[in-house]
Amino acid sequence: MAEKALVEAIRDAMDDEMGRDEDVFIVGEDVGQRGGVFRATEGLFEKYGGMRVVDSPLAELSIVGVGIGAALYGMKPICEIQFADFIYPAFNQIVSEASKMLYRSDGAWPVPMVIRAPYGGGIGGGLYHSQSIEGFFTHVPGLKVVVPSTPYDAKGLLISAIRDPNPVMYLEPKKGYRLIRGEVPEGEYIVPIGPANITKSGEDLTIFAYGMMHFYALKAAENLEKEGISVEVVDLRTLVPVDKDTILKSVKKTGKALVVHEDNLTGGYGGEIAAIIAEHAFTYLDAPVRRLAGPDVPAVPFSHPMQEWFMVNEDKIMNAARELANY
Amino acid sequence: MDLSSEVMREMYWMMLLARRLDERAWVLHRQGKIAFHISGIGQEAAQVGAAFALRKGEDWVTPYYRDLALMISLGLTPKEYVLSLMGKAGDPSSGARQTPSHFSLRRVNAVSQSAPVATQCVHASGIGLAIKMKKTNQVVLTTLGEGSTSQGEWYEAVNWAAIHQLPVVFLVQNNQYAISVPPEMQMAVKSVADKACGLGLPGISIDGTDVFGVYKSFLEAFETARSGNGPTLIEAKMYRLTPHSSDDDDRTYRSREEVEEHKKKDPLLLARQVLLEKSVATEAELDTLDKKAKEMITEAVNFGEQAPYPKAEEGMHPVYFEEVQHG
Ligand SMILES: Cc1ncc(C[n+]2csc(CCOP(=O)(O)OP(=O)(O)O)c2C)c(N)n1
Ligand SMILES: [Mg+2]
Repeated sequence: MAEKALVEAIRDAMDDEMGRDEDVFIVGEDVGQRGGVFRATEGLFEKYGGMRVVDSPLAELSIVGVGIGAALYGMKPICEIQFADFIYPAFNQIVSEASKMLYRSDGAWPVPMVIRAPYGGGIGGGLYHSQSIEGFFTHVPGLKVVVPSTPYDAKGLLISAIRDPNPVMYLEPKKGYRLIRGEVPEGEYIVPIGPANITKSGEDLTIFAYGMMHFYALKAAENLEKEGISVEVVDLRTLVPVDKDTILKSVKKTGKALVVHEDNLTGGYGGEIAAIIAEHAFTYLDAPVRRLAGPDVPAVPFSHPMQEWFMVNEDKIMNAARELANY
Repeated sequence: MDLSSEVMREMYWMMLLARRLDERAWVLHRQGKIAFHISGIGQEAAQVGAAFALRKGEDWVTPYYRDLALMISLGLTPKEYVLSLMGKAGDPSSGARQTPSHFSLRRVNAVSQSAPVATQCVHASGIGLAIKMKKTNQVVLTTLGEGSTSQGEWYEAVNWAAIHQLPVVFLVQNNQYAISVPPEMQMAVKSVADKACGLGLPGISIDGTDVFGVYKSFLEAFETARSGNGPTLIEAKMYRLTPHSSDDDDRTYRSREEVEEHKKKDPLLLARQVLLEKSVATEAELDTLDKKAKEMITEAVNFGEQAPYPKAEEGMHPVYFEEVQHG
């Protein structure tokens, strides 16, 4: 099996699916000749041509809206939003249209589409190239929200997303595009949308994370092992629908939960995980559920020290986990 | 391209049926039998003219809330419309989820519309893109009001269609009002058609009260689109003869004299005059049609009153294409 970077696994998934299914196409800014500003679509324009790898005008609402129209016709669009920070012009099309189309037509009009968006900070991107956006979309019934954190999952989940008959938001931790590497099988396999993954088993507490934060959580857990703290790590992978069973099973075993995300705290997705645990596993808890998240400031500041202050990282996760373990 | 007497009578019948149905909806509202009505009275000529130039069931339509006459022409039955007015089970637009007149009819490729105006235009361009990819010779008709051409969604949709020479025809029904706001507060140009030159597609402004003239304009525009020569913007000028909706009081912003003046140019009366002048039908024949329309509508209303409501629990579905457990 070849070792690949996260972004290569994402490209493989698109390439494979486009090869298998003529209805799959890509639309977004600079996805054509340039191969995407992060190179996620590199080589696909040459291979499939400009009718299947479409350079859109610089206009996000129509990247998504045109995708919706094509999906209604029976195509399977992959809409690339260049940076998650620029998804807001498309908010209306995602929230009013894609998510509600099936419901409002009593099942007549499914919208099989994927919206890919690189998200997250720690890359010197400042306020408008660093945002996490999952909190806006996990609130919207009708959308599925997926965040891979390993190359293996990235490919398998994206193939699932492309084949899914619903609109799927596929959020890519861009800091991990080249940083996160791992084994990726050639050819066809899927990772189903839904199940979380226990990526490290442990006894003293569970860390729930996704995307880049799962990458750090795993490293933090490995370090803590050397200090004698046994940490279980759950990679949520799919935020909607959430894998309640795996979450509850893990927390019932360890009795302590640390929920981590880089999106800011208030109204963040972590609150939902904390609520699920509080509602269904209260009597199993040996400590209050702890959330570790980005600070409640408008976005990630640019200057390096301020950026590092904002970002959740391995050290911050270790500190929070130690405190929780000692509770 | 001269229309046969039979087709002319058929077009008149659709206008008449839509008009009488629309009038009955206002009565039902006054009787407290329906909660809401939004009307297409005064706009039937543009809608029927455009509908008859389409290949029904083969071409695609993304309609808007005043398009009752368009939908009736495509095959929506009075019974089906009454179900939606009354929020009854079996409403084909939405299974009674949406406010009445937010049309959808899958069997004739009429796509579900939401309330946020102009969102449907972007879908039309997406459908047009899919048609181009699939190399069929279908076309797409999308409709909206003149006020809604102020939306970014509309500009982005037209821009896409123009760039890619998509087979989309944009019908702007300029009824002189957006609720209470006149066109001169929406745009600095004299006619919506003038906006076309800035976007790179042909734009024409036509008399939207002359059903047979409208038909000819659309036949041409659809032919252009079908033969791969791109989109057309058509502004059809008309007058909204009713208040914006059953919740509006138009006396607060326009005089009765103004409305009365425009009733003289009622498109239904104009069509009737043409049929009589051209001896396509006699007074007696047209009166018989009127009687027939009223009977059909009375039957539809009785049918609607007896129809069951959806079960409350049906509100839970369909959020996703398949059954999904979340939260
Ligand atoms: C985005 C959005 N803003 C506001 C409204 C409320 N609204 C409904 S119809 C309407 C006026 C539309 O005018 P126009 O486009 O001219 O269409 P008409 O109703 O005259 O046919 C407004 C303001 C809406 N439905 N959507
Ligand atoms: Mg108007």
